[in-house]
Amino acid sequence: MKPVLKIKNLKKIYHDVDGEIPAIENITLDIFENELLAIVGPSGCGKTSLLSILSNLEKKSAGDISFQKENMTIGYMLQKDALFPWKTILENCLLGLEINHTLNEETKNNVIRLLKTYGLEEFMNKYPSSLSGGMKQRVALIRTLAINPDILLLDEPFSALDYQTRLALSEDVYQIIKSEGKTAILVTHDLAEAISLSDRIVVLSKRPTKVKKIYDIELTNKSTPIHNRKCKEFSTYYDLIWRDLDVHL
Amino acid sequence: MSTYSKEHKNFLKKRKREKGIIVLCQLLIIVFFLALWELAANREWINTFLSSSPSEVMKTFISLLEHNNLWNHVWITIYETIISLFIASITGFMVASILWWFPKVAKIIDPYLTIMNSLPKVALGPLIIIWIGANTNSIIFMALLISTFITIINIYNGFQSTESYYITLLKTLHASKGQIFSKLIVPSNRLTLISCLKINISMSLIGVIMGELLVSKEGLGYLIMYGSQVFNINLVITSVVILGMVSYIMYYIITWIEKKLNRINS
Repeated sequence: MKPVLKIKNLKKIYHDVDGEIPAIENITLDIFENELLAIVGPSGCGKTSLLSILSNLEKKSAGDISFQKENMTIGYMLQKDALFPWKTILENCLLGLEINHTLNEETKNNVIRLLKTYGLEEFMNKYPSSLSGGMKQRVALIRTLAINPDILLLDEPFSALDYQTRLALSEDVYQIIKSEGKTAILVTHDLAEAISLSDRIVVLSKRPTKVKKIYDIELTNKSTPIHNRKCKEFSTYYDLIWRDLDVHL
Repeated sequence: MSTYSKEHKNFLKKRKREKGIIVLCQLLIIVFFLALWELAANREWINTFLSSSPSEVMKTFISLLEHNNLWNHVWITIYETIISLFIASITGFMVASILWWFPKVAKIIDPYLTIMNSLPKVALGPLIIIWIGANTNSIIFMALLISTFITIINIYNGFQSTESYYITLLKTLHASKGQIFSKLIVPSNRLTLISCLKINISMSLIGVIMGELLVSKEGLGYLIMYGSQVFNINLVITSVVILGMVSYIMYYIITWIEKKLNRINS
């Protein structure tokens, strides 16, 4: 299988008047089509930096990032929903299309279809203030999907939610990603979430970070995230990755 | 209406009564004040030559209306205020936008902006008269000096305090700087812009009256200055009362527009 995205010897250093902070020492990684790749690592290890570089928000210091095709679009779903309070749900979802000048009947109908499919039809013309946290995150995902990205970056998309909403939403997001046939990179600090959702897990080391280990997640009777938590290999993976993270309190 | 419960009807009635009490008290205060003033003037507790009386003010008002073209003076003051309100708001918005667009420029001119804002502009009055002349233009210029710098600073601060997370979001969607400005900076600061208009109307009026006190042939400021020069306290107080009403009405109009806009937005 040919990777859609190749990261080779990626390096990132932050500069400050007080000195320089090496954030990423060396990341080499391939991402394959339609896979859901989870990235875990100790907090502050540079996971978000990696996503920011991939989506062109920040410049890399060294290394290569190559895409399979030219002009691949990347959708980046941030930690917080960042919905504009003065726009309706539908208008919020159309923001990306408006910005890259691809808003037309067809793309608009696609967004409406997504809203309908994921249970937000009746809120389409409401403002974000009338939605719950979980619904807002779902809207944020649809806003990201609206521009039809080839690769989806998810930066701890559930971390601001309470536990039950989190479980329910990760189930939804999993369904959305799989049924829309997306390639996705999920950054999380929640190991259970990573194991239950992803096809592969990359474990990063402490800062300055590098790839410590990559796991192919193979579960017997693999199905939806909540169900996956009951698979017998689940706790084995959990233990292995926990040891890799090398957390000392 | 008839579907409301008895409790709800009582609640509405109570609300209405509370509102009525407030309006009644407001009216009582002004009536009491005017009556006391009139009484004090009548009984000669106060010197009417220095402090006038409501009936004298009323007489002066009518005579101004009949013989001295009062509306013209009122209109001149309003006209100068509105012109300077518009120019100051538009200039303020444009300069603030430029500063937002070019952060380096903002850093460079920051101390000068602060100096210009903190300088009591009335000190420039004599200079303005020498440079521009004793006419309406120098009054408007005076008002502009007073309101423009504060507008620039307020709008720029509003732009700067836009939630940075929203900017990150737009960057993830590959928005250009112009798109960030038009889709986020301006709409998220709509309330700042309206409150700047509100501040500006007071600032412009202050500037206009100050200008008219310094140099003018017409306007409410002129009437006040003229009244004090010929020691006609009736004229001074009448003009101040009219000025108070004019400023209240202008402020009220802006507040009304603000309410309308808020309703559209939420």
